[in-house]
Amino acid sequence: MRDFAYLRATSTEAARQAAALPGAMLLAGGTTLIDLAKCGVAEPETLVDITHLEGLDGIAVDERGAMIGALARMGHVADHADIKGRFPAVSEAVWQAASAQIRNMATIGGNLMQRTRCPYFRDPSNFSACNKRQPGSGCSAIGGVTRGHAVLGTSEACIAMYPGDLATALVAFDATVHLGERQLLVDDFFLLPGATPDKEHAIEPGEMITAVEIPASAAARRSTYLKVRDRQSYEFAAASAAVGLELEPDGRTIRDLRVALGGVATKPWRARAVEDALKGKVLEPDAVRAASLLAVEGAVDHGANHYKIELAPRVVARAILTLGEAA
Amino acid sequence: MTLELGPNQQPAHTRHGSSIGQPLTRRDGFLKVTGTARFAADNHPPGMLYAALAVSSIARGRVVSLDVEAAKAHSGVVEVMTPLNRPALAADPDAKDHPFMFRLDLLQNDRVRYPNQSIAVVIAQTLEAATEGAALLSPRYEVLPARVGLDGAEGFVPRGVGVGGPAVQQKGDVEAGLESARTRIEATYETPAQYHNAMEPHAIVAAWDGDRLSIDTPSQGLAMAQGRIAGLFGIAPQNVHIRSPFLGGGFGSKGMISGPQVLGILAAKLVGRPVKLVLRREQMFGPVGHRAPTRQTLRMGMDGEGRLTAISHHARTTSSTFDDFFEPAADASHTLYASPAIATSHDAVRLDTGTPLFMRAPGEATGSIALESAIDEAAHACGMDPLEFRLRNYAEVEPMTGKPFSSKALRECYEQAAERFGWASRPLQPRRMRDADGFLTGWGMGTATFPAIMFQAEARAVLRADGSGLMETGAQDMGQGAWTAFAQIAADGLGLDIDQVDFRAGSSDLPNAGIAGGSGHTATAGMAIHNAGAAVIARLADLATGNEASPLFGAGNEGVLARGGRLYRRDDESRSESYADILARAGLAEIEGRGKGAPDPASQETYAKHAHGAVFAEVKVDPDLGQIRVTRLVGAFAAGRVINPRLVRSQYYGGMIWGVSFALHEEAVTDRRSGRIQNANLADYHVPVNADVPSVEALLVHEDDPHVNALGIKGVGEIGITGTAGAVTNAVWHATGVRPRRFPIRIEDMLG
Repeated sequence: MRDFAYLRATSTEAARQAAALPGAMLLAGGTTLIDLAKCGVAEPETLVDITHLEGLDGIAVDERGAMIGALARMGHVADHADIKGRFPAVSEAVWQAASAQIRNMATIGGNLMQRTRCPYFRDPSNFSACNKRQPGSGCSAIGGVTRGHAVLGTSEACIAMYPGDLATALVAFDATVHLGERQLLVDDFFLLPGATPDKEHAIEPGEMITAVEIPASAAARRSTYLKVRDRQSYEFAAASAAVGLELEPDGRTIRDLRVALGGVATKPWRARAVEDALKGKVLEPDAVRAASLLAVEGAVDHGANHYKIELAPRVVARAILTLGEAA
Repeated sequence: MTLELGPNQQPAHTRHGSSIGQPLTRRDGFLKVTGTARFAADNHPPGMLYAALAVSSIARGRVVSLDVEAAKAHSGVVEVMTPLNRPALAADPDAKDHPFMFRLDLLQNDRVRYPNQSIAVVIAQTLEAATEGAALLSPRYEVLPARVGLDGAEGFVPRGVGVGGPAVQQKGDVEAGLESARTRIEATYETPAQYHNAMEPHAIVAAWDGDRLSIDTPSQGLAMAQGRIAGLFGIAPQNVHIRSPFLGGGFGSKGMISGPQVLGILAAKLVGRPVKLVLRREQMFGPVGHRAPTRQTLRMGMDGEGRLTAISHHARTTSSTFDDFFEPAADASHTLYASPAIATSHDAVRLDTGTPLFMRAPGEATGSIALESAIDEAAHACGMDPLEFRLRNYAEVEPMTGKPFSSKALRECYEQAAERFGWASRPLQPRRMRDADGFLTGWGMGTATFPAIMFQAEARAVLRADGSGLMETGAQDMGQGAWTAFAQIAADGLGLDIDQVDFRAGSSDLPNAGIAGGSGHTATAGMAIHNAGAAVIARLADLATGNEASPLFGAGNEGVLARGGRLYRRDDESRSESYADILARAGLAEIEGRGKGAPDPASQETYAKHAHGAVFAEVKVDPDLGQIRVTRLVGAFAAGRVINPRLVRSQYYGGMIWGVSFALHEEAVTDRRSGRIQNANLADYHVPVNADVPSVEALLVHEDDPHVNALGIKGVGEIGITGTAGAVTNAVWHATGVRPRRFPIRIEDMLG
């Protein structure tokens, strides 16, 4: 076997320092890392185990927002009464992710670091070209099997789809990720592939996700996560939408709207054009459907994934209208 | 002794029903849920090494180099087996002495003929070292372009399809039938490549002792595997001992011993120590068979009353470049619907894939989804209800041959399932039903069928001095419940409580139980068990009725009945004697009987033998988002005698869920440039999860069949897929008005 060092971090600070070593990777739930190691994508020289660190698995919710520790299990977040009450889209996104078994192991911090399901990325022994794995080596996916690939945020270097559900909900509600002292909007934490698809997150060596903070908002309280997929469970989104809605006291004019897309883009995709088009307008089906088309402005397909461009605006419209009906 | 009973002759001494017909739970259930059932890969003989398979990245070409030194230099690696040092075989793995001898890739040369073909085996102290050693081989290739897809090469008409049936068959004049028809339909459907994906991967633990070989490996056909291995290694079959007590699913992929399993044996020979080799999930997409893709065109003509005047069914399929298996999809049109003219034909292309193989309902599954879709289209074209149309074209005799059916309770299946489902209120036109949430709702149906096949099997029965019984046959439990159903047959055959029977199976040193395939295992091995029981009871009856000291003296051999461990005088049940007493008086520690199971050639000639069923499906389709959900399935099946209704229902449920999978989920997706399958894992190769099959019901329709065998068993393993896939498809059409022609049906097909 390939030897690697195993370190059991004694504190968050020690974990950060260890993770700064070349070739070091943090191990939490392991549901992504072990999987990627088995398919030869991740080859850590040092595994820094943080699963036992105390104080990082809390879930605290008050009127200002939610603070979710990096080691909180996905299953706990999905089931948390206050998350369900104040951030239903977050709970729905998490319980529709993966399988019950994986949710019971996987952590929130690890989930943010989840990598693409692009089959070419995941198969280094058979496809050497992958700019995400090996900068400059090319992209095997372009011209290949692309039904699951991104239509938004792609570049000539990479069309790999970001597969997560949680982060889609997080970007909709302006959540931040805590990296020790530094905080970043989740939207800024995820990077577009551009010419450097190997760089997926704005995280620097020596940094570690310690928490995710979601500010409270009326839109977050009235929110939903709609996930359309090929089967009912244990499946990534064909297209998904995290939507939050706040109406004026008249009960029909849109005061605030949050829309983010999953399953269609290279990162969790905030659809501000849809939000801007509808804010201040009366919530009305035709207007919502028309505005939802803006969600896929600039989309580029690669053959088999063309249907995502059709599907995504419909998912957005359905989610908005469902929230509107649930007044 | 062997009692010579005719294939369909009822035994003199025993009656079925004490154990047969009871819904016993699985006798191996406790072992399995507690993790103590020992599957092949759970074995660790002393000194065992681990082997990892290195497989080809490319689909076609040649291995130019392997860095064997790098692999051998890795800590823990003991040996690397390549074509250069692979131990000699007594037979050419590319030889084909009979149609069921499939060519194997056993490192005979440097050629690559499909992705994931074995190119080397690394043997090491640990699985981790073997795995890393395999990665270090860094193969280099000479690559030739891969031939991919149903149009990837030139088509030809194979010599035989399926188990060797003619590729082209016809009766009557199809063109004339179409010409004279009032209404005609023509439609082309495509089905994808599918892979068996048994939960348990192909695994082997092999140990040599001189020229004796001991192996643990899952096998659906122990005697066939034993013979094949013996032939390859030039040793006597009895020197090959295979243990296969449990299979974690087979579905046809473990019917024949596969190349990787033989490589495990070769590796053990090379290193002179026991070796374990277990396939990784992605390595199961290539060397262990698959269901080939098909493109099927159906043409049908109907007269003014909706009677079929002609059925034409053509199927294109694929095979490998180096061996023959051709999915007999069009043959599905031979048995189900009456028509004066029927023509079926197949052609094929050879691709750079592993050889396709039997996969649960081979031919029937692929053929039935196309046929049942076309029948639905034909019914609609005639303005008829799909059930009424099927009844109008009900086959009273087998359409292709004109033979009477040995039994056929399909009408009862239609009636019972339709009633249970509530079919009568179905609107004729599509896109007429919506549920409270606005989902388009559709109801569809399909007819299920599968032939009642028997192979050859033997069993040995023993009655012991303490009155208990032993039944031995090398049967295979794939998860279908053979340990339980066969023990039930054994108990009734021996006239004992099931607790008094020691049932042994799953080993090649037991009598040959034939293959667990073709839905024929219960009938075949069951008949052997049944006859072995009859033979030993006849012997016992001789001992009792011939001895003056017995209360049964003078009753005559056939004048006694066996029940609950006693023989009773038929004309006076107050006179009886226990098995133990009879044996004790005779001074015998045990007596033995042997029995065989085999098809009856005479009734084979006379009758068409098939199980039948009807499946009704409800689906809901989101009108905007295209998501399809199966909300309800009701099937009714008539398959002769039911040995264990609980296990039989499980088989139907599993088959029906596979039908949902066929219609909506399963597809191996190939990268057309490399020829590689891009979803070779169970996250991306979809099968339904529980949430996809919320309600499945299977009704057991009573059917007596005096012709198939004395037990009246037809077989239930495969029929559930057939009919169901079509029912789901037809329900999707009824919900949406969109006729699916390509499977699986996807969201994008529904976006319109």
